Amino acid sequence: MSELSKLTLAEARDALRKGETTSLALTEACLSEIEGAARLNAFVHVTPELALDQARAADARIAAGDAPAMCGMPLGIKDLFCTRGVPSQAASHILNGFRPEYESTVTQKLWDAGAVMLGKLNMDEFAMGSSNETSTYGNAVNPWKVDDRDLTPGGSSGGSAAAVAADLCLAATGTDTGGSIRQPAAFTGIVGIKPTYGRVSRWGIVAFASSLDQAGPMTRTVRDAAIMLGAMAGHDPKDSTSADIPVPDFEAMLTGDIRGKTIGIPREYRMDGMPAEIEALWTRGAEMLRDAGAKIVDISLPHTKYALPAYYVIAPAEASSNLARYDGVRYGHRARLAEGDGIVQMYEKTRAEGFGKEVQRRVMIGTYVLSAGFYDAYYNRARKVRALIKRDFDEVFAQGVDAILTPATPSAAFGLGEMQDADPVEMYLNDVFTVTVNLAGLPGIAVPAGLDAQGLPLGLQLIGRPWEEGDLLNTAQVLEDAAGFVSRPAKWW
Amino acid sequence: MSIDIDTARRVAHLARIAVAEDDLPALAQQLSGILTFMEQLNEVDVTGVEPMTSVTPMRLKRRADVVTDGGYAAQILSNAPDAREGFFAVPKVVE
Repeated sequence: MSELSKLTLAEARDALRKGETTSLALTEACLSEIEGAARLNAFVHVTPELALDQARAADARIAAGDAPAMCGMPLGIKDLFCTRGVPSQAASHILNGFRPEYESTVTQKLWDAGAVMLGKLNMDEFAMGSSNETSTYGNAVNPWKVDDRDLTPGGSSGGSAAAVAADLCLAATGTDTGGSIRQPAAFTGIVGIKPTYGRVSRWGIVAFASSLDQAGPMTRTVRDAAIMLGAMAGHDPKDSTSADIPVPDFEAMLTGDIRGKTIGIPREYRMDGMPAEIEALWTRGAEMLRDAGAKIVDISLPHTKYALPAYYVIAPAEASSNLARYDGVRYGHRARLAEGDGIVQMYEKTRAEGFGKEVQRRVMIGTYVLSAGFYDAYYNRARKVRALIKRDFDEVFAQGVDAILTPATPSAAFGLGEMQDADPVEMYLNDVFTVTVNLAGLPGIAVPAGLDAQGLPLGLQLIGRPWEEGDLLNTAQVLEDAAGFVSRPAKWW
Repeated sequence: MSIDIDTARRVAHLARIAVAEDDLPALAQQLSGILTFMEQLNEVDVTGVEPMTSVTPMRLKRRADVVTDGGYAAQILSNAPDAREGFFAVPKVVE
């Protein structure tokens, strides 16, 4: 029964506990949806045997009456997460054939909670991209469609977004370095939260930019995001940047009451050339929160303009260092060598064959900004600007702002291939509203808030204080309820 | 600051990525475009600002300096393109 794959995590949990369905039935429904959705190219490695085994184990656990909320939930896992014995290649040719001998902390926590892995999800190569067009698996396709074009589901967590929006799984993991959870969530009409830096362990997740990367859930509702984040979060001795602070019951914090909260509207996010629809949606979002009893105030985050250029120094710098490990020695692809080739030729040929063009560009930019003579001019300057961007947020929070409301993206989903001839910098502009949040290490959530004139989903973003995901999720749920976004993509695949 | 073809060649080599001579002009142009975009950062007054090292003010945890993991060479080698006799194999490094 395909209706089962449409359930929210909360609905499925309640149905399982009442004995109205089984994890096996949920899992089989999702596997059947996945089989019929090859056109979306969202799932790139499906693990049906593992899924059915995990589902049976979950059913036994539920029957025994000892089941956490995520028990029995069929999930999709972004290809960036290492999953034991299952291909995990960050959508890169250079990790072709890589089957980790270990499990990432986040996925291990989900399996420990009884969740079910349906398979691995498409993404941009090494999470570098905003349209899922840099993947070695080919493009993932947005289930939303308005004409005969295939639209991007966004990126880098494009497969995760497409899979959740198309009801191929109940929820999915994503990762977010500059907007890679929130932008695809907005493009597909789902919810995605990037937690505070350090809330979720990065261990076993293929690293892109270590000071910015954070994993989070991509779900159909804010309540589901609260449930799943609770299962993913927590201190991990294997990630020295994971915070040793308690994880609250996020779901219990969804009171629906935001009376007396102060919501900031940052004037610098009103960009030149912003589509009128997005501006109108943003204004409506602020009205919804005001009607729910929040106080709306204008705020200033003066260094916003410099977030993207700072990000495109820092992220490639960190990436050039993190991706140095892909050298054809320990795992993945190794180029065929010519007579007389030495180790340097092996590195150079392996990396030229293994990395796609965007990854190569970013590794080279990162190499350049870290090279002797340019380190201060680019890298150190970007880190100073980053400190100023964080200070902007610190100041508005110190003035009593509880959350900040912004658009999630500067446009709705665009057509696959439409940006092909664009300058790389044009693609980077997709992250204009989200990237500040990574630079400042803050939690940010994208909530579907309406449709544009063509009928494509648009999202709003709420940015919270560090470690206050519970409060942020509560505000997000108020926005979700008021916006009443119930549209679903019509099945064409 | 723009990147010329020689600089592009040097950066590609530093990054250990083989780039064909014919592809260097386009690469140089793309890298220059990205650098031009970054140059907006020069507008910001950063006097007296410390470069950010950690986004959350946390002290990294310490633990006793003891071996806590290891002893599974076969697993470490299981994904290697070329592993022999318990080692990673690579082309000759030293003549």
